[in-house]
Amino acid sequence: MISFSPSEEQQMIVNTVRQFATDVMRKKYRDCDEASEIPADIIDAAWELGLAVSCIPEEFGGAGWEHSALTGTFLAEELAWGDLALAMHILSPSLAIIPILEMGTAEQKKKYLPPLCAGKFTAATAAFIEPRYNFDTNDFGTVAKKNGGYVLNGEKCYVPLAADADFMLVYAKEGNKNQCFIVDKGAKGLTIGEREKNMGIRALATYELALKDCNLPKDSRLGGDKGCDFNRLANLSRVALASMAIGVARGALEFSRDYARERHAFGEPIGSRQAIAFMIADMAIEVDAARMLNWEAAWKLDRKEDATREACLAKMYADNMVMMVTDYGVQVMGGHGYVRENPVELWFRNGRGFTTFTGMATV
Amino acid sequence: MIDFELAPEAKAKIEEAHEIAQNLFRPVSRYYDEHEHEEPQELIDTMWEKRGKGLMTGLGMTGALMVEELCWGDAGLYLASPGPGLGGAAVFSAGTQEQWGRFLARFNEGKPKWGAMAMTEPGCGSDTSAITATAVKDGDNWVINGEKIFVTFGHRALDLSDGIIVVWASVDKSAGRAGMKSFVVEAKTPGCRVEKLEKKLGIRASDTATVVFDNCRVPFNNILGKAEVKSRTEGFKGAMATFDATRPIVAAQALGVSKAALDMLKDELDKQGIKIRYDVPRSKQTAIERDYMEMEANYRAAKWLMVRAVWMMENKLPNALESSMSKAKAGRAATLITQRAVELMGPLGYSRKKLFEKFMRDAKINDIFEGTGQINTLIVARRVLDFTREQLK
Repeated sequence: MISFSPSEEQQMIVNTVRQFATDVMRKKYRDCDEASEIPADIIDAAWELGLAVSCIPEEFGGAGWEHSALTGTFLAEELAWGDLALAMHILSPSLAIIPILEMGTAEQKKKYLPPLCAGKFTAATAAFIEPRYNFDTNDFGTVAKKNGGYVLNGEKCYVPLAADADFMLVYAKEGNKNQCFIVDKGAKGLTIGEREKNMGIRALATYELALKDCNLPKDSRLGGDKGCDFNRLANLSRVALASMAIGVARGALEFSRDYARERHAFGEPIGSRQAIAFMIADMAIEVDAARMLNWEAAWKLDRKEDATREACLAKMYADNMVMMVTDYGVQVMGGHGYVRENPVELWFRNGRGFTTFTGMATV
Repeated sequence: MIDFELAPEAKAKIEEAHEIAQNLFRPVSRYYDEHEHEEPQELIDTMWEKRGKGLMTGLGMTGALMVEELCWGDAGLYLASPGPGLGGAAVFSAGTQEQWGRFLARFNEGKPKWGAMAMTEPGCGSDTSAITATAVKDGDNWVINGEKIFVTFGHRALDLSDGIIVVWASVDKSAGRAGMKSFVVEAKTPGCRVEKLEKKLGIRASDTATVVFDNCRVPFNNILGKAEVKSRTEGFKGAMATFDATRPIVAAQALGVSKAALDMLKDELDKQGIKIRYDVPRSKQTAIERDYMEMEANYRAAKWLMVRAVWMMENKLPNALESSMSKAKAGRAATLITQRAVELMGPLGYSRKKLFEKFMRDAKINDIFEGTGQINTLIVARRVLDFTREQLK
């Protein structure tokens, strides 16, 4: 039966995370962006909420909640509403947890999941994107070859927390299929480069890395002999990023709505003029439109159906939407939108990134 | 729990509507586009018969999705199909039980009948507060005077059947909106006549009439809602509440035409061996793939906004914002999708041998009637900004 009511659990997550986003993230995000650094107390406070590890079964130390992409969209939207860079940092363990949980072998789960539940934030990550303009998930430049174990060659970029992570997942082409490999910290042939400097998400530590004849043991391939369902992982990531785009855009919508009510020109609020009011209306319509598409894709993923079409449409739509909405956010505020005293320029910079953020978050 | 799955009985009804669209509407689609003002009698009789057997189920979720399917077949022919229409919706939402019996029972018996709503005048459209038609109490009657234009189903309701028309008129001009009331006028009432039938860009099978009320007398209890004029705008709010229910239905009409254009485009692309590669990066996609994805995403987004608005109404949640959102989005999406389909098909799209150009003409009305895209955007803006109509004109 068609319904748009979130479940009690989803509503609880929204309430909890919105509170955290309001009280903690929204208070500190500008400082984090300026300093390109996230204070440990924010990460610790987020860790207390148990967001990333809640879906890990109790036997591995987690809370044992049912893993749901749809529930994940609520979590990701609210966190990104707080701040995108902080959200990506807080959720980065999911980049390892979700693929291992869904597709890992029993041994992989036993080895890699419990340390992530060890009472404090533990970095784990995934290397997905590659540093070229025509990056294509159907044609990874990073290649894995079987040689008893596996040998990996290639370059990656935008790898969150790569320097701190005890292990990471690396996506690569093996033959004509995409596979995922678990690479431990300090593996020979893995070189983690300088921390990247980007237009947005400046508080998030991301790295380029190189894999040169990086030899991995036989059991390092996610899912063992079966391998992984790459499409599903790619779709879970698309849905996560679309949720984050929606969260960022909603922030811009709310901020410029309030500004348009309060800022006066020619004797009345600027929102009393249709030129501004219609921008606000279009922002509201497009944020909701993107969320509908994304919910549908996530809902389909939870039914374990192929949602490639829905997830790609949702991601594309959200990518365009967040750019339009954050641009309007700056425009509604004029010069005040351009200065770093106000948040919209930051959201505008972050919004532009979504077309390149592939595989940087998952739910 | 969020769920995008339809109930099985709804699915069956929607499938039935699709079959009607495919087998009854599509074969005569072009003919009635090219023969404006000719009655599609066979289709009307069949639709009336199906209606009697419980085809349409009102303005709920199943009804809205059936409307989408029928408009996938032909939006003009859907708007020629008999039934209570907007006039009936107004009686249903603002009338008494006695009025339901007197005015709505006819739609379940006898020959095909239509219901119409007359609001727009030569001098006012979206600004309904400028309505000049008057209703004056005279003994046990109301005497209605004025001219109404763009009355969908006006000709069929008044001339071709024993239908009804709901007309908006002022009982007290000094009271502004508060003086605006609606009245039911039955077919064959003296003083009420159709003066003109419009020739239109699209939905040509639908009749759009000018109706003149010249000392038209109706019984006192043909008024919908209370007769007394309050300082508040209660009567007018009745009309607006009707719109909250009907705007998603217009969105559904827009979506039907959009889906028709998308499906036909997809067929043509398939014939050419063109597949849409959804998961290929934008930089590697063809322009057609990019366009198609944009069209499809807009269709689906607009569809779920419409479904959400209807779902809210069914669950008795206030939906004025979401209803206007869905109408504004669907009207815009339909305009984009159908025009792009014509463009992508080149001369085939522009030719009257194919239906692409017709879809484009038919789609445009959805961004105009039941509140233009701009009026709906204005309603959204007022709600989002929490501004009154005085604060945001």
